[in-house]
Amino acid sequence: MHSIHLSIGPAHFRVGSDWPQPIDQLAQLYAAYPPPSGPANATVRLFAARPWRRFIRPAVHIGGDFTIPDALPLPLSMGLLAAEMAMNLQMALGWRRHLLLHASAVARDGCALIMSGASGSGKSTLAALLGESGDWRLMGDEFALFDPAGGNALAFPRPVSLKNAAIGEMTARVPAERFGPLLKGTPKGDIRHMVPRPDALAAMHQPATPALILFPRFGAELSVARIAPSELFVRLTEASTNYALLGEVGFTALTRLVTSVPALTVSYPDSASGLELVKQLWAEVAP
Amino acid sequence: MSAVWTLIDLLAGRRDPATLDDREWESVISVARAEALAATLAERLADAGVPGEIAALVADLRTAAKVQQNAALWEAEMARRALEPAGVRFVLLKGTAYAAAGLPNAAGRQIGDLDIMVAREDLDRAEAALLAAGWEWVKSDPYDDAYYRQHMHELPPLIHKDRDRMIDVHHTILPLTHRARPDAGAMLADARSCTAPFDRSERDEGFLVLEPGQMAVHCAAHVMADGDLAGGLRNLWDMHCLLENGLAVDADFGLHVLETAAYHRLSAPVCRAIRLSRHLFGTGVPDYDWPIITISFAMTHSDRLFLRALTARDDWGRPTRPLTRLLFYLRAHWLRMPPLMLARHLWVKWRRG
Repeated sequence: MHSIHLSIGPAHFRVGSDWPQPIDQLAQLYAAYPPPSGPANATVRLFAARPWRRFIRPAVHIGGDFTIPDALPLPLSMGLLAAEMAMNLQMALGWRRHLLLHASAVARDGCALIMSGASGSGKSTLAALLGESGDWRLMGDEFALFDPAGGNALAFPRPVSLKNAAIGEMTARVPAERFGPLLKGTPKGDIRHMVPRPDALAAMHQPATPALILFPRFGAELSVARIAPSELFVRLTEASTNYALLGEVGFTALTRLVTSVPALTVSYPDSASGLELVKQLWAEVAP
Repeated sequence: MSAVWTLIDLLAGRRDPATLDDREWESVISVARAEALAATLAERLADAGVPGEIAALVADLRTAAKVQQNAALWEAEMARRALEPAGVRFVLLKGTAYAAAGLPNAAGRQIGDLDIMVAREDLDRAEAALLAAGWEWVKSDPYDDAYYRQHMHELPPLIHKDRDRMIDVHHTILPLTHRARPDAGAMLADARSCTAPFDRSERDEGFLVLEPGQMAVHCAAHVMADGDLAGGLRNLWDMHCLLENGLAVDADFGLHVLETAAYHRLSAPVCRAIRLSRHLFGTGVPDYDWPIITISFAMTHSDRLFLRALTARDDWGRPTRPLTRLLFYLRAHWLRMPPLMLARHLWVKWRRG
């Protein structure tokens, strides 16, 4: 088994693979991350369902400590994507230390902006753009973690998974060495991973106080609307992968979040106006 | 030393946790997760002073198991509220029973479905009461449904429409097609109450669980006489804890379990479970050497084959030894059905793909 250890925020993955290629690609993509120490707390596996499928039309199945039955395999050329999906899966199904929200997050001066919403809402692109602006550090584009004890947001700064048009938008402003290979024709279209800036990686263990929650909507007319705590609670239970599993701890953490942090829906026609809107809203709530 | 044996040694208290290196820890955690023993291991390591990240993981696992256990007991309470008004007396089985009775193996034990047992003559009323209280059928396939009702020891699984949790309603402990026919009536008659985990001030009788000897016999029958040994290590850890718990009050608890097993004609699976539990975890069941009768729990040749199946996992938590596993898969079907019926069953299953 080919393997690598990756440390991303509080998670420490042991990734094993039947093939060397995905491990080599991970080693390149994660070269700038702080080297992991100690034992891993999650195990991920990329495997061939039948021995011969290692060589003949190789198909990468994802597995590990937690698996979902009937997950479709990916071709070996998308092994890197399979590895990223497998790590997401371990977090979504297995992580219990923090309340997990499917959201992107950026931080500035110790305060965090959380952006939640469905795939395609623009939350990843906005987080990536803010992360490149110089004032913000990217905390993550897939999961935002909340410490049930203190309510702080924690970073899980995996490489940003850029899709389709967002790829061009970011390659225009970010040096080429921070990108992974272009993965064409994946189930979600074209995908390219972008490594966060070095300062974001260096600060990945620093918590931030949640200050604003946004639900972006890309491609609509400019508008802003307030969300009541009750509605926010329901939206966030839907965005959380482990809310129910945490029991009372999850309820307490989420209640604290929705009663202490303002939340808005924001619609915007293009990335530039979205970015301006977010900066303006942040200026109003920033402590 | 393979990770699965490191796990067994840690559970048995034969290995000092301080001697594990980082790579051993992550392998042990993966194997423990695959065997549904991660939180059980965490409970064993709670006061062991394990290194930083493992201590954090131990805390995560223990907390998660407590939440799960509370939910399982609440589910039992929901079943009680549905069945009691219908006059159905029921006994908790397996994980939920261990938790309700506060047995030593309950700490960290994973609990999936709610398993209960009712008298066979109460089965129809239990089914009607549960359906009225919001449980629904999982499978609507007529063959599976008929199969369960004619040949199994339980109703087809029901799932609650709001809480999304399964209940298995048993009326005995082994499939009806099994060669052994334990006396479920005696098990129900011997059942005893344990303190209720939720406040029921008006009439606090608690839940019913099996008598300790019957409980050990059921545990052994479940792992040795039914199924393909999947989750076998976890079930044998249960067996070990149930035996140790009994031995703490009665040094001859092993004999009591053997007598109970003989009554139910389950001596062979129970003896094997005791032998394997003693070999794996060092259970303190003594051998007996009297003038006329000798009882020895020394491992036999066939036990070694069971051991191979129980420990068939690599350091990544993957199943290994496919031939041994296949053998136990075939054995599970062989135990469960007479040959002609097995042939018919496999034919129907195969035709439907």
